[in-house]
Amino acid sequence: MRKTFKGRVITPGAAQAEALVSHSGLNTLASYQMALMFGDKQVKCGDQNNPDLYKKPMLGKALCLPETIGSTTGGMVLYTACAMGKQPACMLFSKPIDSLAASGAILAANWTDAKMPVVDCLGEDFLNYVKDGMTITVSEDGTVTAE
Amino acid sequence: MILTNEQQALLDGAQGETMAKVVKTLVMYGEAFGAERMVPITSKYGHTVISFGIGVMKPVYALYDALLQAGAVSKQPFSADPRPLDKNIPASPLQNLVFKFMYSQQARYEGQLKALGLMNDQAFTCACYLPEAGNVPQRGEILSWAESSAVVYANSVLGARCNRNSGIIEIMGSIAGFVPEFGLLTDDGRMADWIVEIRTEKLPEAQLLGSAVGMKVLEKVPYVKGLDRWLGKELDDRACAYLKDFGAACASNGSVGLYHIENLTPEAAEQGDALIRPDAPVYIVDDAELERVRSGYPCIWKDMDAKPKLCFVGCPHMTLQQLQDWTVRVEEGLKAAGNRKVCIPTVFTAAPGVIQAFQKTEYARRLEATGVILSDICPLMYMNNPLSKKMPVITSSNKLRTYTSARFYTEDEILSKITKEGR
Repeated sequence: MRKTFKGRVITPGAAQAEALVSHSGLNTLASYQMALMFGDKQVKCGDQNNPDLYKKPMLGKALCLPETIGSTTGGMVLYTACAMGKQPACMLFSKPIDSLAASGAILAANWTDAKMPVVDCLGEDFLNYVKDGMTITVSEDGTVTAE
Repeated sequence: MILTNEQQALLDGAQGETMAKVVKTLVMYGEAFGAERMVPITSKYGHTVISFGIGVMKPVYALYDALLQAGAVSKQPFSADPRPLDKNIPASPLQNLVFKFMYSQQARYEGQLKALGLMNDQAFTCACYLPEAGNVPQRGEILSWAESSAVVYANSVLGARCNRNSGIIEIMGSIAGFVPEFGLLTDDGRMADWIVEIRTEKLPEAQLLGSAVGMKVLEKVPYVKGLDRWLGKELDDRACAYLKDFGAACASNGSVGLYHIENLTPEAAEQGDALIRPDAPVYIVDDAELERVRSGYPCIWKDMDAKPKLCFVGCPHMTLQQLQDWTVRVEEGLKAAGNRKVCIPTVFTAAPGVIQAFQKTEYARRLEATGVILSDICPLMYMNNPLSKKMPVITSSNKLRTYTSARFYTEDEILSKITKEGR
């Protein structure tokens, strides 16, 4: 079934991708460090504390999550992923965005050519509804469709 | 956001395109959180979380080169997180080869830090706020720092004001000389969202309690009641060391940027329950809850019965008092077990300034006699080596556990393992 959600645009853009869902906070450093450091082409999640994502490929996915957590290298890690073309297709937050994810998204928007729309405030219903493998469509105005 | 004329001019390119992009980045960062203005940074020093010259971070070096070429350097000297390498830490020849490959850009990156405004060659520690490290902000000062454990300490124990900034953003704040005003920079953002009631039978392990609180409240501000029963009402060396470890676990297992401890931390001591938001939920922590949290920690060792090959204590870096206390504990543990040296290669990590101060005490010789290695590196950087990841490494740090394959044990358990059991 198709369902539409409306969020707030942090960095604009349109995207369509397969959903990858984390129900707990995404630890950006723990998730990305090994994949970036050793050139994992699929960018598999390296965070053993995140059972939803651990060892799953993150490249090009519509990453659906409540927020990011952990080290304050988080924004730098996300910026680096974007600069290397290793970013998710988009990041979709159920909660208001946290300072580290916002930093990474804004650094990427201003200092790289990467396109990674970021939308926050999609609500708990969004995270309850969306499942791995669903097709996610993000519009410029922050409308997100899951089907 | 309303900018001053000077800030608007910077945004419009008065000091060039690169500086305009720095200010635009800070404006967008602030607007994401509803900031209405920029406020000047008032601390003497900054602090950056990025201290490691990993080869893969080429986009960061390119960005910093662009800043330097445009003359966009920090308006304040800053300290940095610990260096990644120390040849005194046990490592195989193959591990050392991988380290050389991994951190191939260290010299280049340190050159960039120096050009951007690094305090001095010894300013590498995550615990920059310790007196021996020389970057101690005053209460109420506005900071542009990153490093989750340093930010939470500066906010909570010292009463300074800093958001949980990311690496790169913190340097951009120091370059501009101002940061957007939101979150933990505001009185409202420093109100407590949660009450945490401690009902344990003894002083809880700092790293376990911090982990439990971080996982429960995530990015919110907790107000912790019942801890002063054991820690007292003075921010003495022991209390500060405890809160350093508690905060690091809160910040890494969740994303806490500020906590209040009833009757102890400055804002809680002054304002008491008035700091707590109406209808704040209550999280009760007893011994069963701590055991529940601990039993949920995953361990990715292939052989769960493997004999540990290395032990790290000091993430975040240890205080001078902690080094002295641990020296005595290790000595007593070895004596009770009838051993002369630690049974597992063990590394204590601390800031260069703290190590220098420690070397001037009688404890330095005594610690060396136990076989413990003293280093100023970042254990996390050591563990990032994929060959280190395969090693059975143990630690009392919940931050190190969270980011690496290191296995967590309480301080008493670590002590027993390194002085007696050897496994």
